[in-house]
Amino acid sequence: MSNESITGSVDESITGSVDEAATGTVIDGWEIVIGLEVHVELNTATKLFCGCRNSFGDEPNTNICPTCLGLPGSLPVLNAQAVESAMLLGRALNCTVNSSVFARKNYFYPDQPKDYQVSQYDLPTNTDGWIDLTGFGRVAIERAHIEEDAGKLNHGGGDGRIHGAEYSMADYNRAGVPLVEVVSHPDMRSAEQAKAYVTELRSIVLALDVSDAKMEEGSMRVDANVSVRPVGSDELRTRCEVKNINSLRSLERAIDYEARRHVDLYNAGERPIQSTRHWDEEAGRTRDGRSKEDADDYRYFPEPDLVPLVVTADDIARIDAALPVLPDARRRALADVAGATEDEITLVVERGLDRLVLDAISEGADAKRAVIHAVNNLAEGAGKLTPGPFAALIGMETASDLSATQAKEVLAELVSAGGGPREVATAKGFEAMDSGELESILDGIIAESPDEWQRFCDGDDKDRKKMSGMFTGQIMKATRGQANGAAVARLLNSRASRN
Amino acid sequence: MSPSDFSTPTAVEISAAVRSGERSAASVVDDAIAAIEHREGELHAYNLVMTDQARAAAAAVDAAVAAGNDPGPLAGVPVALKDNMCTKGVATTCSSKILQGWEPPYDATITNLLHAAGAVVVGKTNLDEFAMGSSTENSAFGATRNPHDVTRVPGGSSGGSAATVGAGAVPLSFGSDTGGSIRQPASLCGVVGVKPTYGMVSRYGLVAFASSLDQIGPFATTVADAALALEVIAGHDPLDSTSIPQAMPSLRSVLGEGVNGLRIGIIGELSGDPAHNSVEGIAVDVQGRASAAAEALEAAGATVELTSIPSVVFGLAAYYLIAPAEASSNLARYDGVRYGMRVDGPNALAMNAASRTAGFGDEVKRRIMLGTYALSSGYYDAYYGQAQRVRTLMINEFAERYQDFDLLLTPTSPTTAFEIDAKTADPMTMYVNDVCTIPSNLTGHPAISVPFGNGDDGLPIGVQIMAPMMGEQTMFRAAAVLEEAANK
Repeated sequence: MSNESITGSVDESITGSVDEAATGTVIDGWEIVIGLEVHVELNTATKLFCGCRNSFGDEPNTNICPTCLGLPGSLPVLNAQAVESAMLLGRALNCTVNSSVFARKNYFYPDQPKDYQVSQYDLPTNTDGWIDLTGFGRVAIERAHIEEDAGKLNHGGGDGRIHGAEYSMADYNRAGVPLVEVVSHPDMRSAEQAKAYVTELRSIVLALDVSDAKMEEGSMRVDANVSVRPVGSDELRTRCEVKNINSLRSLERAIDYEARRHVDLYNAGERPIQSTRHWDEEAGRTRDGRSKEDADDYRYFPEPDLVPLVVTADDIARIDAALPVLPDARRRALADVAGATEDEITLVVERGLDRLVLDAISEGADAKRAVIHAVNNLAEGAGKLTPGPFAALIGMETASDLSATQAKEVLAELVSAGGGPREVATAKGFEAMDSGELESILDGIIAESPDEWQRFCDGDDKDRKKMSGMFTGQIMKATRGQANGAAVARLLNSRASRN
Repeated sequence: MSPSDFSTPTAVEISAAVRSGERSAASVVDDAIAAIEHREGELHAYNLVMTDQARAAAAAVDAAVAAGNDPGPLAGVPVALKDNMCTKGVATTCSSKILQGWEPPYDATITNLLHAAGAVVVGKTNLDEFAMGSSTENSAFGATRNPHDVTRVPGGSSGGSAATVGAGAVPLSFGSDTGGSIRQPASLCGVVGVKPTYGMVSRYGLVAFASSLDQIGPFATTVADAALALEVIAGHDPLDSTSIPQAMPSLRSVLGEGVNGLRIGIIGELSGDPAHNSVEGIAVDVQGRASAAAEALEAAGATVELTSIPSVVFGLAAYYLIAPAEASSNLARYDGVRYGMRVDGPNALAMNAASRTAGFGDEVKRRIMLGTYALSSGYYDAYYGQAQRVRTLMINEFAERYQDFDLLLTPTSPTTAFEIDAKTADPMTMYVNDVCTIPSNLTGHPAISVPFGNGDDGLPIGVQIMAPMMGEQTMFRAAAVLEEAANK
């Protein structure tokens, strides 16, 4: 009996309700159990065991040598920078960093030059860590080990997929690129939580600058182990490993699809078969891969061409000293001083603008305005903007020396060219308009629209508001946007009360 | 025709003559090629004789001398490389069909070191396929014959390298020793063979059989030549992570120091004497030569005593799990995808299987199956795991014995050279050939086989001196004493 026939029947019969619970997703009384294996490609200059360039998108088979091609007689030499990056990531994930032993994982596949992968098995570099997620609790990490990537096959003929391909071309540029595989415990209970985990892991990786972490380029790859169990049970049922997930959206869809499939199988009196499945983004479903009934036997054994990787207390102290402040702590630091929403804070930290914002605040800037600028006006980064001028700009804004529009323009100039906000504002002719000048402009407008002015002075709240908008707009037009909005409002109100 | 028809000068002599301008490298190499060709028809020591490259290299050596430069300590010395060491642009076959058509794009570290020392590589020598065997009969290109009796095997797996030195065609050759593949053929061909300390000679460019056991070493007609060759090829190589980050201490300078005061142990379990719990099968004439060697060392001032290392009797069993296990992984890359033989199939996996079925010989397949089984889930602990525990036990027992002894003495091979085809039917009888040599591979310790007379059949017999890690200096002192005693 093929798996395809089971999934085929299930596809037609997706029914039932999905309840979002605070603790996780529940489908017809079943909860989802998710563990993730995330492969992070390290951004070292060279590969894990040779001096070839580690570079994405080059001409096929240009970054290769006897070692990463696995030619007879070649031997691996461990890249020290890859080990540093892996240990750094391990510490950032709260792992214990251990002395470790590389092992060979033996299996035949044409993208694998030696037909074994050098990885770590029973003695990995990093073990027993965790990630704290905002709003989604803590996810435990079993291990984060170092291994080499495989090459890439490009299938030709047929429909471009491996099945039915007439030939395949192997590109070994990626073979031997260093990876850290971060393996979580099956601690996640919803697709949203899995997404939050991957998002947080990615932001940690980016903060450490150990990888580009681009899911679409494959420098961060996520495999999801999905099973379901009756709510309240603590058993671990048969899981399926879903591969070929190329975005966060695919991750969520794939998990929800796969969990639904399991529930429907159980509801139909059947059971899922432990297997590897592939997410088909277009079809919106997982497809049967290899069955694990005749489970792969990788025949792991210690890699005799490498010596054990010894980690000393000094190494760990050096790594810890090199650890930057991580996104979680940075978000908390920002949240402590800035009354902003969770999304705003997350965005500011993601953009790496939190230091700028915090420093500007400590130099006296209004916290909310600083965050708003970081969210709305600094999407491309801070450029040449430094905390002092940033704080000064916000000061001018809050003192009504600049309008919001003017402030935005000055800010753009500070980002691209640097300098001080007052000088930039002067150069742009943004001096605050003196009140006499505004008054005379207003006199002219009142003379042209006496009825409207009367309605502004005597009308109900609705009228007043409408007329206020009209007069403000006319003043702005007359001053070509140079007038300060707050100053205009003050002037309108004081003139109306004198009327 | 006997091996002594060509009286070949030693490497030490050739190098001195070439460096001083007394002889040209070109004439030395011409003589070597003539000597090789004179017997190649009956010996089949070579997979490839590199006549043109050798003459070009010799000319370069002569040009250097003419220009007043020193070509190096092996100036103009013709040497042969076992055909599992990579030579850039020159076929490297491992005597296997599966590597047909493959020319390495790079030189092994040993190849580079030999070039840099002024040596001239004259050819690639025959071996048991992927170095798996003890007779050089498991070659896809036909067996090599013993230069002392062409109805007999030269030993193996480095049989071609042993035979060409034993025939007097070249003064030096190089082999690899995973379980005795240098020392056993050295013993059978009447030459000196050295397995250095694991990590003393780079394995970069040596096609792997069993990575944790493989070690390159020299064959020579004299102990001094072996010492010179080892000094040239030893040393740290950053391309080999298992390479020891230390220089080889001078060997030639200690050759005359003798063995006075050294403590030498005879391993009872490898003595042939049942009273000392010895393994079976060590021939009486071989036992006799080992005893004579002990007496010679004693006569030179060493104290010689019987000792016991109980775990050596398990060495063979441990070796035939560890070596095939590593081999099963090392040889996985011969899959028809990137180089060598390809036999097409309906999909990649079928192509892999068809290529390997056609490309590998029986002994290689046997060991791949053995090793795959030993590493399999559910069997790993009982086989590979247990073998590793035996290996650790043996390392500990040797370390303990070396508290009391500077060196240990055993026969090298249980018998003299046997007849072609005598042991091909039953692999187990062939495996037993390595019983005395395997322990040094499992422990990583150095060992040397020195010719010490002949057996009842008139064929050469070697004795083995074992030393602790990095104990090459002491080992060579004893080898020089035995060489002198044997020539008396």
